[in-house]
Amino acid sequence: MSGYVEAQLIILCLSVIYAYAIFLPAASGQLNLGAAGFITLGAYASGWLNNADGLGLPMGVGMVLAMLFVGAIGFAISLPILRTRGVYMVLATFAFAEVVSGIAINMEFLGGAAGMPVDAHAPVEIVVAVAVAVVLFCFYFMSTRLGLALRSIHDDENVALLFGVDVRTARVVAFTVGGMLAGLGGAVYGHHYNYVEAQTFNVLLSIYILLYVLLGGTQTAWGPLVGAVFFTVIPEIFRHVAIEMGSDWLADSRFIFFGMFIVLMMVVRPEGVVTRTMQDRCAGFLSGRRGRARRAAE
Amino acid sequence: MAGNVLAVTGLHKSFGGLKVIDEVSFDVARGSRTALIGPNGAGKTTIFNLLTGVYPVDAGSVVLAGSDITDIPSKDRVVHGMSRSFQNIRLMPHLSTVENVMLGQHARAHSLGQLLFPLGLVARNRWRAEAEAALAEAGLDSYPGEVVANLPYGVQKRIEVVRAMISRPQLLLLDEPAAGLNDVETRQLQALLEQVSAIGVTILVVEHDMHFVRNLCDHVVVLNFGRKIFEGSPEEVHRSPVVLEAYLGTDEPGSGEGAAGAA
Ligand SMILES: Nc1ncnc2c1ncn2[C@@H]1O[C@H](COP(=O)(O)OP(=O)(O)OP(=O)(O)O)[C@@H](O)[C@H]1O
Ligand SMILES: [Mg+2]
Repeated sequence: MSGYVEAQLIILCLSVIYAYAIFLPAASGQLNLGAAGFITLGAYASGWLNNADGLGLPMGVGMVLAMLFVGAIGFAISLPILRTRGVYMVLATFAFAEVVSGIAINMEFLGGAAGMPVDAHAPVEIVVAVAVAVVLFCFYFMSTRLGLALRSIHDDENVALLFGVDVRTARVVAFTVGGMLAGLGGAVYGHHYNYVEAQTFNVLLSIYILLYVLLGGTQTAWGPLVGAVFFTVIPEIFRHVAIEMGSDWLADSRFIFFGMFIVLMMVVRPEGVVTRTMQDRCAGFLSGRRGRARRAAE
Repeated sequence: MAGNVLAVTGLHKSFGGLKVIDEVSFDVARGSRTALIGPNGAGKTTIFNLLTGVYPVDAGSVVLAGSDITDIPSKDRVVHGMSRSFQNIRLMPHLSTVENVMLGQHARAHSLGQLLFPLGLVARNRWRAEAEAALAEAGLDSYPGEVVANLPYGVQKRIEVVRAMISRPQLLLLDEPAAGLNDVETRQLQALLEQVSAIGVTILVVEHDMHFVRNLCDHVVVLNFGRKIFEGSPEEVHRSPVVLEAYLGTDEPGSGEGAAGAA
């Protein structure tokens, strides 16, 4: 694998992990613009737990503990944050991420504004393995009765309530587990690049992640995967095409087109690229083809 | 088992100074098919909302199968044996038919193990099988995997009944199940409700279609302006001057379509 492809693959894997972290609450209708906060927490916690001048734990142990730590924080803040709705929830989660960033920058033992080197290295294989595990976990999670309850809450929480769904608890679980996954993503980030700096996890990152999820679609577990792949790969391709065409202007202004593309997507497909109906059609198409292949083999 | 499955006593509800339910009391006998009728705005849906805990009551009590449920949270009422359909269809538009029905099973499957069981991945599991069987029994087996938003209105109405039934209620609350249905769909609905009733489930139905009420119900409670104005058999209701005056109209009693303000 060339260095370039590997670097892109890492970015893609991290985007996928982050996207699923934000997808879980989004699937029940909660907009979380605080991804960067959870990622920051996970990256610093895992690094510090692993570093020789921190606790010196093995990398795997540090990552798991960091994930649990971020989950605990996510749980704690979910209680007040889930009292808010819609745009207020977006603002509350954003504010949470800003607070985390502010704290991280002012912690001397975490390197302050200069950032913190991380000892153990996570090679590309580990990054890919974690991303695959996160995707599989989320597919499983959304297929459970709890996942069904979350999707019901997204559609009509009052009716879900009347059928006995504990709406509040289900929301807390989705938010908390999502926070854990973002924390895990942060931990992987820190160990792969061996450096964490709070400024890298800024609001732009949170916005992009939320966009992956919303544009990919929140109705099925395919949405965030498609969203993250689409929106990390397409701009790269665009950049290459622009370079091939020898147009620096095009290469530099690709974000203008990207932005226009996002607006267009929101207009033509407000429910995201992957909808439930589309998933059914694809599944029907595939099983039809498999059926035909089987009949042909007989 | 004889007796009442539901006892409503002295119910009151106001919305911002507007008295919507005023001292309403009635019982629903176990195994009966009771209708709750009255003109538009009489408070029928509000009664359902009070029974299911969508709104708290201002005064009065609701006793379901012997337990006082007046003050328990909405989400805990279904396990006491009551579920409902809605006047305006409220299926989950992004879920398939069978998933909507499986939502109705939720209260029967709330242990941690059940909540974490991958219903959607294990192709054959008893919950899915049960939901599919219930749909088949209601004559809806052609739509299990389809997203409900794309289905015909009459089909969606019946899916609501199946979803409510699969929670295994003792009392089924139906808010205008026949509204907007054509004759064929109405007959299909009626057949479905006959099945429901035959297995011993008590039905409390709000309905403007008096023909439907007369075919299905053995007892009728009449509301007007938030008050109970009459209670009796369908025949008695059709002879009652108060009911004729307030709701059914004096000419052609019981012609169904003649019901004042049929929505
Ligand atoms: N949440 C609410 N806030 C304020 N007023 C309400 C509310 N719900 C119901 N009402 C009012 O209470 C009255 C009774 O409404 P309800 O929906 O119970 O009537 P209904 O008998 O079901 O009528 P319909 O046959 O039209 O369905 C109406 O005047 C309605 O406007
Ligand atoms: Mg009504």
